[in-house]
Amino acid sequence: MGNLKLPRFTIAAVLFYVVIQALSLTGALNGYFMIIINMSLIYVILTVSLNLINGITGQFSLGHMGFAAVGAYVSGTITTLILKLSPDIAANYPIFILAIIAGGLCAAVVGLVIGFPSLRLKGDYLAIMTLGFGEIIRIILNNIDYVGGPRGLLGIPKFSNFTIIYVFTFLTVVLLRNLIQSSHGRAMLALRENEVAAELVGVDTTRYKVLGFIIGAFFSGIAGGLLAHLLQIAHPTQYGFYASALLLVYVYAGGMGSITGSIIAAFILTFLTQFLQLGLDSLTNLTGVTFGSEWKMVIYAVLIILIMLYRTEGLMGMKEAKILKIEEEKK
Amino acid sequence: MGSIFNLQQIVNGLQLGSIYALIALGYTMVYGIVRLINFAHGDFYMVGAYAAYGVFYLFNAFIGGGAPTAFIVLILAMAAGGAIATLANQIAYKPLRYKPKMSSLVTALGVSMFLEYFFSAFPLIGANPRGFPDLLPKVIYQVGPAAISNYFIIDVVVAAVLMAGLTLLIQRTRLGRAMRAVSQDKDASKLMGINVENIITWTFLIGGIFAGAAGLLAGMTYPRIDPYMGILPGLKAFIAAVLGGIGNVPGAMLGAYIMGLAETFANAWNSLLGAGIAFIILIIVLLVRPTGILGEKLADKI
Repeated sequence: MGNLKLPRFTIAAVLFYVVIQALSLTGALNGYFMIIINMSLIYVILTVSLNLINGITGQFSLGHMGFAAVGAYVSGTITTLILKLSPDIAANYPIFILAIIAGGLCAAVVGLVIGFPSLRLKGDYLAIMTLGFGEIIRIILNNIDYVGGPRGLLGIPKFSNFTIIYVFTFLTVVLLRNLIQSSHGRAMLALRENEVAAELVGVDTTRYKVLGFIIGAFFSGIAGGLLAHLLQIAHPTQYGFYASALLLVYVYAGGMGSITGSIIAAFILTFLTQFLQLGLDSLTNLTGVTFGSEWKMVIYAVLIILIMLYRTEGLMGMKEAKILKIEEEKK
Repeated sequence: MGSIFNLQQIVNGLQLGSIYALIALGYTMVYGIVRLINFAHGDFYMVGAYAAYGVFYLFNAFIGGGAPTAFIVLILAMAAGGAIATLANQIAYKPLRYKPKMSSLVTALGVSMFLEYFFSAFPLIGANPRGFPDLLPKVIYQVGPAAISNYFIIDVVVAAVLMAGLTLLIQRTRLGRAMRAVSQDKDASKLMGINVENIITWTFLIGGIFAGAAGLLAGMTYPRIDPYMGILPGLKAFIAAVLGGIGNVPGAMLGAYIMGLAETFANAWNSLLGAGIAFIILIIVLLVRPTGILGEKLADKI
């Protein structure tokens, strides 16, 4: 067993939390800013968990938001029901946490189902397969009237706040980091590098492929639950093909296989999206010509192409920041 | 209410299948040669539809409608599809040719997003759906229990002519032989003096031309176009290509017609099934026979 203590990262994480919370309480960071930070944190969970499947295990998921949809709808339905029975938000926080975890578990079951095809398919084929599954999840949600169908699941209580999201994000990063740097993680990395060679040195490739999908799906489901309770709505289009593709861009922009890269990319890209919107709005005010939010996506698309053309390996490549590495025990 | 398997449904399915076939061919040719799932291919089809829309109004104002105009519109829609495909290849895919495969896939997603959002952001085009004009007066012939419009005939004939042309091109010309060679072994083709980049450019051009034609036909047949119209038909045509055996040209045609018919029948039965049938087919094919109906089994290289 390696040394699983992580003092430096924990200290940094706590400091970050205290600073943001203090700034928020004193009013230096307004509500709008806090929403962006919360969104960034949720995207950290989504990106890191997709990175586990695509970057670490070397599989390919193009339907990652499908898992998040399962988490969002399951937890959203549970909390909406509970709140109807007893409308006291504060007293229901433990149930909210349980609902989020239940959402994650349901997503993990779906991940298990989707993981099995990965035993037979590789690369492109796996990408389309996961895409197909993601779309099927979306189409099913679109047609279940109980969860709102195409209108989406409305009136989800607002349970997510900065503290809760932060704790979940922190736990996700730490757990996945520990996993990746454990012997299981090394097996997954071996699988990515060369499946045949990994099998020859005794890695149970079947198990680790499916495991990658299950764990990735679980955390994605958690993120979906948090997102639904932040935005107070879960809508099928939020979890469609394009949302999944966008997530893939986050992973690639940060660097395949780098948790540090995923975290940085999630923050930069989420903030960028918002700032582009602000920029467009002020441009509209200045010139009097309406610049719609579509321009934001145009810039985004150009950015993706440029990142891929000029920095194919992403921001961090496969490197990790020192703070995220587990310190070696001195002998 | 008759059975869902009546003649009318078969007609509708063949019509849809013809459009899918033209899109699927571009997917399968590009995949066969560069091993890239070109997610932007559905958007080339959208570009073709918009080009047809613009050109039609331009011509209608100066020259007037009728069959010659419709023909010119078809040619220009094909040209627009070919141009955008070639451009995408030159700008976005070519520099990444020898980088890890998945980075081209992400770039393709980027190109696809760019085209969709650029078209919906561009003031002259806009995100709102537009009604597609009647290129030709619509005539409906009653054949037994089924109503067949002249649009059905145009769709099927244009698709058939283009597919026959493509088959001839691939089987009988030097370019076609070079394309087949590159799809088998890029490096060996290079050693045999084939300009591989050139062949890839031709492949994108031809794929784009077909997508452009499909865009016009779809706009005409289902008269409503919007910047996002390429996403679903693109995915479905791609699934059709997988069903037929990706990289295999006759397979793509076969798969597309099966897809068109399956979707029409499923839709007649239940709209939920109609929306999901493509993905269900995809999953069954990938699980049962990942190489598709006509695809050959490839040995794993170790």
